Amino acid sequence: MIYIIQNYWQAFLYSDGYNMTGLAMTLWLLVISCAIGFCMAVPLAVARNARNPLIWGPVWFYTFIFRGSPLYVQLLVIYTGVYSLDVVQHNALLNAFFRQGIDCTILAFALNTGAYTTEIFAGAIKDTSFGEVDAGRSLGMSRVTLYRRIILPSALRRALPVYSNEVILMLHSTTLAFTATVPDILKVANDANSATYNSFAAFGLAALIYLCVSFTLIYGFRRAERHFLAFLQP
Amino acid sequence: MKKLSGACLAALSVFAAAMPLAAGAKTLTEIKFGVDATYPPFESLSPSGKFEGFDIDLGRAICADLKVKCVFVSQGFDGIIPALQARKFDAILSSMTVTPQRAQQIDFSSEMYNEPTSLIAKKGSGLKPTAASLKGKTVGVEAGTIQESYAKTYWQPYGVKVVSYPGQDQVYADLLSGRLDASLQDSVEADYGFLKTPKGADYTLAGNVTYDPKDVLGSYIAIGIRKDEPALKAKIDKAIATIIKNGTYKKIEAKYFNFNVYGPSPTK
Repeated sequence: MIYIIQNYWQAFLYSDGYNMTGLAMTLWLLVISCAIGFCMAVPLAVARNARNPLIWGPVWFYTFIFRGSPLYVQLLVIYTGVYSLDVVQHNALLNAFFRQGIDCTILAFALNTGAYTTEIFAGAIKDTSFGEVDAGRSLGMSRVTLYRRIILPSALRRALPVYSNEVILMLHSTTLAFTATVPDILKVANDANSATYNSFAAFGLAALIYLCVSFTLIYGFRRAERHFLAFLQP
Repeated sequence: MKKLSGACLAALSVFAAAMPLAAGAKTLTEIKFGVDATYPPFESLSPSGKFEGFDIDLGRAICADLKVKCVFVSQGFDGIIPALQARKFDAILSSMTVTPQRAQQIDFSSEMYNEPTSLIAKKGSGLKPTAASLKGKTVGVEAGTIQESYAKTYWQPYGVKVVSYPGQDQVYADLLSGRLDASLQDSVEADYGFLKTPKGADYTLAGNVTYDPKDVLGSYIAIGIRKDEPALKAKIDKAIATIIKNGTYKKIEAKYFNFNVYGPSPTK
């Protein structure tokens, strides 16, 4: 245990001397994929609730694909499958992008969490109480203003508890990153395990780090809920 | 009651019969080898489920020399040292390279064979397994192998991009897709696992690694034995020496390889 901590603490936390590894890599993957996913999800959730099937259809299809298949398979398709296509290999820009394992990982993670987040937000928008919308309309708000000032703020707040769950699940999903050669916490734990054969200590440490991150996230979201959802308190 | 006492008596007598064996421990009747049978041509399972391969044949030759029974036990490589220490078997026979870290945990027999580490690259790339030649290139290795340690120790500090993969198959896949310029693995694995397959037609052995002042690659491949059993180690060492001397080793070697797998005279 002490040997592992002495030799791998740096790799577990931020770097193996050349690349970002461990906790820093895991957090980076989590933050960037959740950020991209969130930015995609807000407009897509609005589109998902549109009346025109040409608008909600493609969004439904996208969330269906990415919620209907395992993230591991999506990662393999994007990392291994897409790069083996001739179109990608012969296009300089696509080649440069898909060549890097980390780009493929972030793309897969962002698309995946984007799909779930879209459905979460779409559900919250659908659940907006009729009175709020009516009140907005009675003040002569246009559709855009209505969304911007009434529906979205209210829906995003009410979606917060479910969304926090999605973020924590995403943290757990980052353990798949090494499939695309991205050295996250689990990869360092695997290294420590194969160097020392002290499996309990190696994976125990990894679990401990994930627990700390989870607890921090839970605490942060709890605070945010108390702040943003104060209006729902009895 | 009678039945019970009879059973007790039987149990006692069995116990008594076992006693001298346990106390003596020197009368070796069988050796149980732990094997990770996923690594042809060294050890694998035949379609009918029998252990086969170079290591297995050597193990059988050692057992025959010691006139004991050979038993092979399947065990994944990850947990093979803990399993040895938990006495699930008596020795590890699974292409295990002797490294200082492993030697802290268990003892090793004398050399069984030696696999050089080699670099694979596309034909005509002109790459050599040196930091100078690979500068700016991307080299793939399997995580947890001595080749990964080697590339990270000698090459990464000099501007070679070293990428670790969860498995050797993925290394080859990315070598084929063009993400990697070269890959580093042991030579027999490279030959059997890739170069001799149709996919490896455009690739070639770019050379063996020779520079290793820090002894990252370890020395040779040997049988792993628990530290508290020097008697077994002595017997296995003697048996290895015998089969090398009497030509059994050469015969088995010829069955699998067309080169001298024992390598030059052992360095240690």
